[in-house]
Amino acid sequence: MGYSALKIFKEGLFGQKGWKPVWRNPEPKPEYDVIIIGGGGHGLSTAYYLAKAHGITNVAVLEKGYLGGGNVGRNTTIVRANYLLPGNSEFYSHSLKLWEGMEQDLNYNTMMSQRGIINLFHSDGQRDAFARRGNAMINQGDDAILLDRDGVKDMLPMIDYDNVRFPIYGGLYHPRGGTARHDAVAWGYARGADQRGVDLIQNCEVTGIDIEGGVVRGVQTSRGAIRAKKVAIVVAGRSGQVAAMAGMRLPIESHVLQAFVTEGVKPILDNVVSFGMGHFYISQSDKGGLVFGGDLDFYASYAARGNLPMAEHVTDAAMTLMPSIGKARVLRSWGGIMDMSSDGSPIIDKTQTDGLYLNCGWCYGGFKAVPGSGFSYAHLIAKDVHHEPASKFRLDRFRTGRGLMDEEGTGSQHNLH
Amino acid sequence: MRLPCPLCGERDRREFYYQGHATMLDRPARDAGIDAWDDYLHNRDNIAGEVEDLWHHEAGCGAWIKVTRNTVTHEVSGAKLVNGARK
Repeated sequence: MGYSALKIFKEGLFGQKGWKPVWRNPEPKPEYDVIIIGGGGHGLSTAYYLAKAHGITNVAVLEKGYLGGGNVGRNTTIVRANYLLPGNSEFYSHSLKLWEGMEQDLNYNTMMSQRGIINLFHSDGQRDAFARRGNAMINQGDDAILLDRDGVKDMLPMIDYDNVRFPIYGGLYHPRGGTARHDAVAWGYARGADQRGVDLIQNCEVTGIDIEGGVVRGVQTSRGAIRAKKVAIVVAGRSGQVAAMAGMRLPIESHVLQAFVTEGVKPILDNVVSFGMGHFYISQSDKGGLVFGGDLDFYASYAARGNLPMAEHVTDAAMTLMPSIGKARVLRSWGGIMDMSSDGSPIIDKTQTDGLYLNCGWCYGGFKAVPGSGFSYAHLIAKDVHHEPASKFRLDRFRTGRGLMDEEGTGSQHNLH
Repeated sequence: MRLPCPLCGERDRREFYYQGHATMLDRPARDAGIDAWDDYLHNRDNIAGEVEDLWHHEAGCGAWIKVTRNTVTHEVSGAKLVNGARK
C-alpha cells in the first residue's frame, strides 16, 4: 500500500474509511519450513530476512497476542553501537548499519533519527574508561567523539553542570546513535515479511514443542498442531517458559524494567543523554514528551509493571541531572519483561535438539538489536552456520566459561546485571 | 512491595538486597561436575508464578531470608530465615 499526502488528505475528507489492512490474517497451514515463535521486533525481522535474504518464504510467525505487543512496543526507542567487547562490538555495528538502510529497504517510515547519544562522565577515571570505549568503537569502524565539559555545554545547555556529587567533566558522543519509532519498526518488518509470503498468525499461543528422537517436528498451539522442519524461539521475557517445552533450562532470569514519559514540552533536548552514575537516560520524542528510564527493579518479575522505589530513584536522578524538568508532569510509566542473561549479553544459537534454534538474552538492550538479531538469526536458521557478527553469542559459554561477554564488568552472575 | 522479615516484621523493599532464586542455597559439591555448577550458577527455572527467592535485610537486621513471592502479581505470601529454612 502506498502512503502519500494526497491519500491522507482524501481519507480525511471521507471519514478514514478507505484504509486497508497492510498484512493478511491467515489461518495456520498444517506445515511450514520454518516456524518462528514470537511476533515481536526480533521475530518479525527474522521472518523478513529469511524471506528476503534467503528466499525461505514458507514461514509462519506465531504470536500469542498481537504483533509488536511486547517489548518492541514498550522500550525507549534508542539505537546505538557503542559497545566495548569483541562479540558485542561487531554485532551492534552491523545492526546500526541495517538501521541506517532500514527505511529504504522496507519502504516504510520508521522515523529513524540519528540525533546522537552522549554518555556523561564525572571524574578523571571515568573519562579514561570512556576514552577506551570510544577507541574500541572507532576500531570497530563506528564513530565516537570524546567531548570535554565545554563541548557538552554547547550541545546540552539544559543540564546541571555543577552538581556537587556528579559535576560534568565531559561526555562520549556517538553521533550515529539516536532513536526510531519503535512500533513502526515492527509494522515495517511485518508488512515486508507478509508481502513476501510469510504467514503472520496472531492469537496463536504455542503450548508445546514436538520433538522425536532429538529432532524437532513442529509445535502444539492454541489453534492446533502445526508441523515444521525448523522451529525458532525468539520470545524475550518468556524464553524460560518456551524453552522448558523443549526440556531446556536457560541462563535467563526475567526482570522488570520501567520507563516513563512526560507531557509534551517545547524542544529542550536534541540528543539522547545517559547519566550512567545515576542509572538514568533521557531523550525527547518528536511529540515533545521527555522519555526516560533507569535501571531494573532488581527482582525477578513477569508483572510488566514496576514498583515505586525505582520510580522514585529514576525521578531523583532526573532532578539531579536536569532540575529544569522538575515541573513536567509524568504522563505514563510502564514496565517490560527483560530476558536477563547472567553475563548481560545475548544468545543466538542452535540447541541440543536438531532444527530448534534459540534467540534470547537481550537484557535491557533488545530494541537496537532488532535488525541485526533478525538478520543473524535468519542466517543461522537458513544455513545452520553462525553469521559472523553474531558468532560469539553461544549458549555454551555459560557452561564452559569460555567467551563470556560481561560488558559491564560486574561478573557473570544473575543479580549483577 | 513490602517483605515480611521474620525478625523485624513487614519492611519496605528498599531495605533489602535481592540475591535471586533460592536455588542459590543448594550449592553443589566441589567435585559435582560442570553441569551441576552450570545449573547452580546460570540456569534458572525462571517461573512465572510463585517462586522462592533470597533477600538480604541489609538495611535492617542483616538476616538472609527466603521469601515466597509471586512474580506475576508481586504478591508476597511469606518469608522465613534462611538458617531455619536450610535443610
